[in-house]
Amino acid sequence: MYRYDEFDHAFVSSRVEQFRDQVGRRLSGELAEDAFKPLRLMNGVYLQLHAYMLRVAIPYGTLNARQMRMLAYIARKYDRGYGHFTTRQNIQYNWPKLSELPDALADLATVEMHALQTSGNCIRNVTADHFAGAAADEVADPRPYAEILRQWSSVHPEFSFLPRKFKIAVTGAERDRAAIQVHDIGLHLKKNDNGEIGFAVYVGGGQGRTPMVAKKIRDFLPEEDLLSYTTAIMRVYNLHGRRDNKYKARIKILVHETGAEELARQVEVEFAELRNTELKLPEKDIAAITAYFAPPALAARAEGWASLAQWKKADADFARWVQHNVHPHKHPDYASVTISLKPIGGIPGDATDAQMEAVADIAEEYAFDEIRVSHEQNLILPHVALADLEPIYRGLVAAGLETANAGLITDIIACPGLDYCALANARSIPVAQEISTRFGSPERQAEIGELKIKISGCINACGHHHVGHIGLLGVEKKGEELYQITLGGSGDENTSIGEIIGRGFEPEKVTDAIEVIVDTYLGLRLDPSETFLTAYRRVGPQPFKDALYGDKTAAAA
Amino acid sequence: MADKVLTANRLSDGISVWLDAAGNWNESLQAAFVARHKEAVDALEATGKQAFADNKVVDVNVVDVEEVDGVLRPLRMRERIRAAGPTIAYAAGYAGLTATAVPAA
Repeated sequence: MYRYDEFDHAFVSSRVEQFRDQVGRRLSGELAEDAFKPLRLMNGVYLQLHAYMLRVAIPYGTLNARQMRMLAYIARKYDRGYGHFTTRQNIQYNWPKLSELPDALADLATVEMHALQTSGNCIRNVTADHFAGAAADEVADPRPYAEILRQWSSVHPEFSFLPRKFKIAVTGAERDRAAIQVHDIGLHLKKNDNGEIGFAVYVGGGQGRTPMVAKKIRDFLPEEDLLSYTTAIMRVYNLHGRRDNKYKARIKILVHETGAEELARQVEVEFAELRNTELKLPEKDIAAITAYFAPPALAARAEGWASLAQWKKADADFARWVQHNVHPHKHPDYASVTISLKPIGGIPGDATDAQMEAVADIAEEYAFDEIRVSHEQNLILPHVALADLEPIYRGLVAAGLETANAGLITDIIACPGLDYCALANARSIPVAQEISTRFGSPERQAEIGELKIKISGCINACGHHHVGHIGLLGVEKKGEELYQITLGGSGDENTSIGEIIGRGFEPEKVTDAIEVIVDTYLGLRLDPSETFLTAYRRVGPQPFKDALYGDKTAAAA
Repeated sequence: MADKVLTANRLSDGISVWLDAAGNWNESLQAAFVARHKEAVDALEATGKQAFADNKVVDVNVVDVEEVDGVLRPLRMRERIRAAGPTIAYAAGYAGLTATAVPAA
């Protein structure tokens, strides 16, 4: 993985000291809140309902054991012994004291981590496929390009005060695991007919109050033009993006109002000016960054096949975990493991300090010291020998991390919601917990198959409800929580925005409604291989509306 | 007019606090001074502005409450959760607030 050079170390350290000075002046009263707020946001510090919140960047979700141990240490020393992994592959702490945050950031800097650009109207943490560098279906590792974008976008003077925040995602496989089509810029790494590396470029996707699927504005952008073309997009956005209305300030609105074709034309005009400037990426620079992401030396471990078969036969729970949480690797003797942070009835994305340390230990011993955070709020061990799956599983069991539900109905994305978030209108976590408990039996989950439920506590859609196969949006109606259900959303290579199915449900009725939807699906699917999403796309919303609301015409809440 | 209390988050650690009758910022809603008429609300607002200007607290707000059997209860769920903590057992030693504190009136 990428290692800081001298410049990076000096830069991050200087930013920590700068923030220490700012916090000191704020606490002494020298700096007023209005002046301080943008400064703290630039350092990932929010004020939530109960306390400050610190969001730490995990670039493209990649970290090593040492960094994970530091995240555990931060949780223990500065927080209440846990952290919350997010849909931007970051981690949030919910209870840090402002007065201690400079020390926390200084500790993070010792392991090459920071919280810069995890807030504010700038280019946020660049995300990538969590199986990057390991997936069997990958054309190339997207992380070197994500790292190049990270370096380019860090305190970029031209793009630090954009009309609104800006999110970029990169995938290197046809199967999109990074939800690139609901990002401001989505990059799909591919090879052209000559075997050259480049990107299909999508722009103007996003969720929030106006969900939009991104438009493809380039079929193939040569890799050397990554920064010049991205800069061209940013310039068009920076110039024409709306600053008069916060709710219309994202690039998706600009794309929508301008039209993708015209926007692409404007980008091409800028690009023509930029493409042969210093922004052109020299091959040797790409190679130098790519070298940081060289896969570990994976020795043949063919004995794992026989062992795995034996272990599965001997232990049904292990077999189930392998079935759901183990993903094919480029190397046939290896796999990628999803460590579910979705225990049945638990809080999606939360991990205790002890769990983080357990994952760090396992990664160090068995997984080449590599860990990923997925945008689905789970942890990943990207490179694991089949021969080591059983001891890894035992380690996970000891840490309470063995839930076998990746991609199943209890693998729910949920934002912090009204339990923490100052913007939320309704709670998300308790709803996720109740659904998880209701459907928690392994047999029931296996019967249902792949089904992604995503829950947001407000229209900002941090819980990605728009792209949930079943999405739940919490709203406040007459002072009470109400949950609007959407069906048919998807955040993969066939991205779609879910459709509102009808009027909303009270908190105590929402799990029943989910069960009606699930039972309806089970009743109408052609066979068990037809997933919920496929079935929904075949039959449309009506059978679900009929089941939920009877003969009455469903009115949107 | 609904009864009102003055709430904010403490500058140094962000913890939710309420203004008590002695003019101190208290971590318990139950200790809050309750304003029951316009003059008292005006006084709360003035106190809040001053405390913000003095850099003691941030995010200062006057919120509606009701008193039920001697217990103060915010009318909005958001404020009930602010007062009692997350409604979930979120970490070891933190069980979250009791269910009875959450349901609306």
